[in-house]
Amino acid sequence: MAATDTPELAAFRAEAREWLATNFPASLKGRAAIMVNLNVETDEPDFLAWKRAMGAKGWGVPTWPKAYGGGGLSKDEARVLSQEMVKIGAFSPIGGMGVMMFGPTLLEYGTEAQKQRFRPGIVNGTTRWCQGFSEPGAGSDLASLATRCEDKGDHYLVNGQKIWTSGGQYADWNFCLVRTDTTRKHEGISFLVFDMKSPGVEVRPIQLISGNSPFCETFFTDVKVPKDQLVGPLNGGWSIAKRLLQFERQSLSGAGGGTGGGTARFGAPDLERMVDKYVGRDEAGRVADADLRQRLIAHHMEARAFALTLSRAAAEAKSGSGPSAATSIMKNVGAKIAQDRAELSMEMMGHQGLGWEGEGFNAYELGMVRGWLGGKAVTIYGGSTEIQNNIVAKRMLGLLDHQ
Amino acid sequence: MAVLSEEQTILRDSAREWVKDKAPVQALRKLRDSGAAFGYDPALYAEMAAMGWAGIVVPEAYGGSEFGYLSLGLVLEETGRTLVASPLVSSALGAASALMLGGTAAQKEAWLPKIASGDAVATLAIEEGPRHEPLSTALAASRTGSGFTLNGTKSFVPDGMAADVFIVAARSSGKPGEAAGISLFLVPADARGVTRTALKLMDSRGAAVIAFDGVAVGEEALIGAPDKGFEVLEPALDRVRAGLAAEMLGTALQAFETTIDYLKVRVQFGQTLGSFQALQHRAAKMFTELELTRSCVEAALSAIDTGTNDIRELASLAKARANETLHLISNEMVQMHGGIGMTDAHDAGLYLKRARAAEAAYGNAAYHRERFGRLHGF
Repeated sequence: MAATDTPELAAFRAEAREWLATNFPASLKGRAAIMVNLNVETDEPDFLAWKRAMGAKGWGVPTWPKAYGGGGLSKDEARVLSQEMVKIGAFSPIGGMGVMMFGPTLLEYGTEAQKQRFRPGIVNGTTRWCQGFSEPGAGSDLASLATRCEDKGDHYLVNGQKIWTSGGQYADWNFCLVRTDTTRKHEGISFLVFDMKSPGVEVRPIQLISGNSPFCETFFTDVKVPKDQLVGPLNGGWSIAKRLLQFERQSLSGAGGGTGGGTARFGAPDLERMVDKYVGRDEAGRVADADLRQRLIAHHMEARAFALTLSRAAAEAKSGSGPSAATSIMKNVGAKIAQDRAELSMEMMGHQGLGWEGEGFNAYELGMVRGWLGGKAVTIYGGSTEIQNNIVAKRMLGLLDHQ
Repeated sequence: MAVLSEEQTILRDSAREWVKDKAPVQALRKLRDSGAAFGYDPALYAEMAAMGWAGIVVPEAYGGSEFGYLSLGLVLEETGRTLVASPLVSSALGAASALMLGGTAAQKEAWLPKIASGDAVATLAIEEGPRHEPLSTALAASRTGSGFTLNGTKSFVPDGMAADVFIVAARSSGKPGEAAGISLFLVPADARGVTRTALKLMDSRGAAVIAFDGVAVGEEALIGAPDKGFEVLEPALDRVRAGLAAEMLGTALQAFETTIDYLKVRVQFGQTLGSFQALQHRAAKMFTELELTRSCVEAALSAIDTGTNDIRELASLAKARANETLHLISNEMVQMHGGIGMTDAHDAGLYLKRARAAEAAYGNAAYHRERFGRLHGF
């Protein structure tokens, strides 16, 4: 809140406000959800200009060091920037897996040469990255992955198949887990990056139950990869992958702060509007369906508890006492609340929530149906609910593996 | 855990040490088996008061430290861990809050210093039926020339046998179900016409039935304006709910940790119980509920300290969550311990019994979900 700004933060707020007023094109106001999407390719001049401006300023990755093209901002300054953007309906045009996952991993594990090579595309939002992790035989048990990477002297040769590659059909580059030692499980995995236009890379979009194709199957047949594109040590990829997955969970739970999205935004107003439109109220003004009413209240309380937990974790992180234990539960809780909300919405709409396309349904109703279906993925990707529970049991509670 | 000041950290740590040292669960067991008259050990409470705990929310002018509700919550979380029986919630939190919110200068001067020093125990006398519903107050307060006459019965009055003074919700006008017409009275326990009967509850604490038979009180006994006692009672109850939720969080945490420790050592089929995924995921669920509950409890207590306008909904959120979480964990504690958890020698039963008593106090989960829903227009 502005009321608690220190003088330095207040000065930064003024600076950010002025810069945004000068550079954010009015034509893009409030269009974040539409424009920052893996599946939308836009060449609108205003969008491209906005992206160039943010890239040059380093504010797509506000907390990165200036030496690597970032904004060099403190966490507090980044929060102020985010607040100022929200105020005027602005959004960061630079996002995706480069910013959320690969970028921070690169800064920790990449060589100086790799950082200098890959950072401009991330910072300016000109390189779209995709994640080559899951395989048909390696889902929750990710470390059983089999995509083979052989040392051919002056290059690596990659053969295998990845699946659930988000945005694979649009991606320029791939950060990929490959098997470099077949005799050991976790210690036989390496972290490789390569160009998706390399000969031998084939991408096939997968149509989902929602009718969309946000994910792909990706095939690698004798793909040659230069040896300087190995990140971290040979056979040392698993630790890097775990670190990257932490960044992923952070962004999925909305706990990462910054300008990214997440499941953290819930509001009663939407549900209230749906009650009035589809369900109605009794003489006392209560939701007419008494059973639904109880579940709506319980859901709203759950969402409030989650929002309070996000604030608590942020305050604890800020106080420097280390990451809050609460972060370990956020993905599961956030995902459950998002799904519950979609289910409640579908229930409220009744028959109006059954439309697939065409006449008889408005855009909101059709969108809710697709969103409900697409949302079934949130308890599966980024470590399923079950995997998250395993992690809590083992890491937070110290319960041993089954022998 | 909320971000604490240095003083708060010291307070919490010293509470943790004292509880471990002086008031382990064994103390409650001993209290139960000795059939103590008060439902708590006066010597232990004197020690707690000597450390300043009974005056944490009381203003300095009345002998307290004015350290705030979050600070008292830290102590209650620690006492909750080992089920410490004491009038901290009934007297130092509930009655003190009502006096601070609506008491006259004379009432505050007469009682707050004694509450803060532990020399007196005061308690709210609210309940009349089997379920918490303060609006249903029916105990009659009839106008007389010089004040009021009270007729009726209060039940489940916490620390009712030990109390020196009661804060009684009575109906001076209107009918049960209405907020208007409730008045609050400060009634000394030795007033003519007051009789008390001890209730033996499963959590071994000291509840009582208090009968008021033509008890005459003067105008000076009123806390807050006549007929408008609910304006004092409701915020006082919200403070009790948030504080009790902190105590219940501590109880749930200890029940959880004791259970996890058992899963790590009990071996069946050649491996520890904790290695079975069916139990691991139930443990993860409990851990998740505890983290969410902590956020709600601390938010409610902080809101009271800063005086924000969402105290009512946060208090209901905290109490509802604490109820649900403790309910779950107290049941799982028995189930995961198996047969040993069914024995009186094990602590699981003590946690289960205390859980249900605390859940029923000041509104069960359904009561608070309904209240939260009304506050939000559902």
